[in-house]
Order: sequence, then C-alpha cells, then structure tokens
Amino acid sequence: MNDIIQLTLYQLGAAFIFVIVLLIIVKIRKLKRETLLIIATLRMTVQLVIVGYVLVFLFDVSHPLLTVLVILIMEAFAIYTIIKRAGKHINKALKRIIVISMLSGTLISVLYFIVVVIGLSPWYDPQYFIPIAGMLIGNAMTGISIGVNKLTQDMTTHKASIENALMLGATPKKASKHLVDQAFDAAIIPTINSMLGMGIIFLPGMMTGQILSGVSPLTAIEYQIAIMLGILGSVSLTVLLFVQLGYKTYFNDQAQLKYKE
Amino acid sequence: MFTLKNVRYKHIVKVDNLSIESEKITCILGKSGAGKTTLLKLLNKMITPDEGTIFFHDKPIDTIDSVALRRQVVMLAQTPSLYPHTVEDNLQIGRLFSDKAPVDVDHLKRMLQIVELNKALSDEVDTLSGGEKQRLALGRMLLMKPDVYLLDEPSASLDEQTANLIIKQVVEYTKKHQKTLIMITHQDTIAKRYADTIINMVDGQLVQGGGVRE
Repeated sequence: MNDIIQLTLYQLGAAFIFVIVLLIIVKIRKLKRETLLIIATLRMTVQLVIVGYVLVFLFDVSHPLLTVLVILIMEAFAIYTIIKRAGKHINKALKRIIVISMLSGTLISVLYFIVVVIGLSPWYDPQYFIPIAGMLIGNAMTGISIGVNKLTQDMTTHKASIENALMLGATPKKASKHLVDQAFDAAIIPTINSMLGMGIIFLPGMMTGQILSGVSPLTAIEYQIAIMLGILGSVSLTVLLFVQLGYKTYFNDQAQLKYKE
Repeated sequence: MFTLKNVRYKHIVKVDNLSIESEKITCILGKSGAGKTTLLKLLNKMITPDEGTIFFHDKPIDTIDSVALRRQVVMLAQTPSLYPHTVEDNLQIGRLFSDKAPVDVDHLKRMLQIVELNKALSDEVDTLSGGEKQRLALGRMLLMKPDVYLLDEPSASLDEQTANLIIKQVVEYTKKHQKTLIMITHQDTIAKRYADTIINMVDGQLVQGGGVRE
C-alpha cells in the first residue's frame, strides 16, 4: 500500500474554493443562505480541528476512565438530540424510556462488539472504542428518532382504533401491537436499505477513510461488514426496547388509555 | 348485574342509584352531551369514576381485572373502528382480541345474515359504506359471545328501516342466547318497542324514575 498523501495547509485551503463557488451562486440567485453557509463551514472546520486534537490527546493518554467519559458524553448528546427532535409530543415517561433504551441498547451492542467481535485489548483502547461506539450510538440515535416519531404519531392518530380494541377485551399489548410493529419496522428500514446499497451505490465513510489512510481494501471491507452488522444490532436492540416499553406509557395500570399526562 | 352507587365522573355523570338487571334489555335515552356514552364506558371500565362504586355481580369493578371484565362486558363504540383487510378478518378480530378461538366459516356467514350484510367474507373493508361498516362491527361483537353487550347508538349510521331491522335481530339474538343488552339510542320508538327498562339521562343525571321498568 502507498503511504498516505499528507495534505498541506495550502492544499486544504484549496478545498475551500467549493464553498466560495457556492457562495457566489447563492448570492446571484438571492437565496439568502450566505450566513448559514458561512456558519456551517466555520463550525465544521472548528469542530473537526478540536475533535482532532481531543482524539490525539485521548489516544496518547489512553485511560479507561477517559474512554468511558467520552462514551457517556456521546450518549448524553444523542439522547438530548432525540428528545429535542421529538419536540412536545413526548411526555416524561417516554423520555425516561428513551434514556433507558438508548443506554442499554447501545452499551450492550458496543461492549459485545468490542469484546467478542474485535477482541480489543485493552478493552478501552480509544483508537477503536471511540469511533466504533460513535457509529453504533449515532445510528441507534437515528433509528430511535424515527421510532419515536412514528409511535407517538400513530398512538395519537389511531387512538380510536386502540380504544375500540380495548372495548372488545384486548390487552393494551394486543390493542397496540400493529402500531408497535409498524414503528419498529419504520425505524430499522433505513439501516436495512443502506445494507442493500452498500458497496454498489456508495462506499461507506469508514471504509473510504481506511482505504485513504493506506489500509488494504480487503481489511477495510472486513471492518465494514462487521461494523454494519454491529450497527444493525445496535439499532434493532435500541428500537425494540423503545417500542416495547414505549407503548406502555400510553396506558395506566387499569388497562385504560391515558388521555393527558 | 350492575349496581351504581353515588357515581361521579368529572361533571359528566352524576348517578346516585342505578341497577341494571341481567338478561334484560336496557335502553339509555337522552340528548347528546347527556353523559350516555360516558356511562357505558364506566360500565366496561374504559374509565374509572372519580367517586362512588360500580358493582358487577355484587363485586366492585375496581377489584376486577379490566381486561377480564371487558371480555364479559363488551362495548361497541358509536363509530366502530375496522382493522386492515377483509370482512372475515374483522369478524374474527374480536375473538382474537379476547383470546378466543376463531369461529368457522359457516358461523361467519350466518352472522353476516343476522346483521344483514350482503358481502363476501373476502371483501376488503375499505369498500364498505358507513352503514355496512357499522353492521360488520355489530356482527364482530355478537360473535364474541360475552355476557353483556354495550351498544352506543348502533343505528347511528343506518337509515331508519335498516336500523329497525338490525336492532330487532340483535334483540332477538340477545334474548335467544340469554344475554344482557344495554343500548344507547336517541329514538324513543326503538326504546319503547324493545326495552325492558328505559333510562333517561339529562345532564349526566337520571330523570323520570330512571331504572324503573316500563
């Protein structure tokens, strides 16, 4: 494998020409997106520079507590994003369920992946642990967001049909089964679709990154296959926990629909 | 069968004393907003009263498991929901919901005759009119064979002639199988013709000797 081409500052600067071209187009077309575009470019650059230095620091120190701390920050950020995206539609109980499902679903998948699949030693090696956990947590976040959206919407719009089922002697579980199934399905479909297109429609970011940094494509695909399965596991486990616990928050202990929290 | 003592639900239902006998037909009359539907929902524990006690066979219903109670006391909503796919799926789903074994095709076909629904079992429910959906939901409920049927204006989306026919069938079915029927209706004629007892409701309260046999 060839050595990686190190980008000089000038080369990196040359890439910013794309932003300038877009700025000109936006200006001519009067799209009023200049500020947003500039902010996005600046934020992307500054955030990545900071992350770069932070990762260098973490890799150098390589301490289990630091790795755990990073994972917890990622989890907190992911949970915050899910709850923010869900908006006003979710009550306290549902927020609690999101926290429980995210933490248990992703942590179980990450630990299984690190310990059993990769067999990492030491287990906390940040060079592996952090990016892998990031991918598993990030994808679970996207999946659960879709699940939250679908479940909360359906439980509201199909309230009458749930109520009718209860009147006919259905348990809350039976009365909401098809909605729970649909929410689970909607949440895992994007992951399954991306598996279908993988390698043909697009090369995944991690694999591209590894190839660019000089790793053999064969090693890169091994990692990619493993990580994709890890993502599938993490998304499904997290979403499954969420929908299975989440629908219950719409019922009280008398098997009645809660009208308002 | 049902006894209500000082039952209050929000400002919707205020019933001090009411007994509903088993194996009888009870009609609840009253204008919209009188609390009729809320009263039915209290009887199958879809909601819980804020005050007072409801007894079912002399047992306070808050000591009976809600799902178990609803399997004996089944309620049909005024606008019943249908579930995906066919007429057959919808006839069977009530039994499925209440953990009962599905019934055979002959049974299903006979039920379609009882509720006067001229459709094939394999027809998609999307193709049914409002009245047909109502009749299908009624058939689904009868197939569940509970002890008590609670019907919330079963004739709401039927024309008067069909409504009379259907209700006559339901009443006969209930009597033949010795079941209890509690039915909301806004038609005096129906109540007078079929009811053993008429309950009049105004503003959540019983009036004119509600609960007294006519």
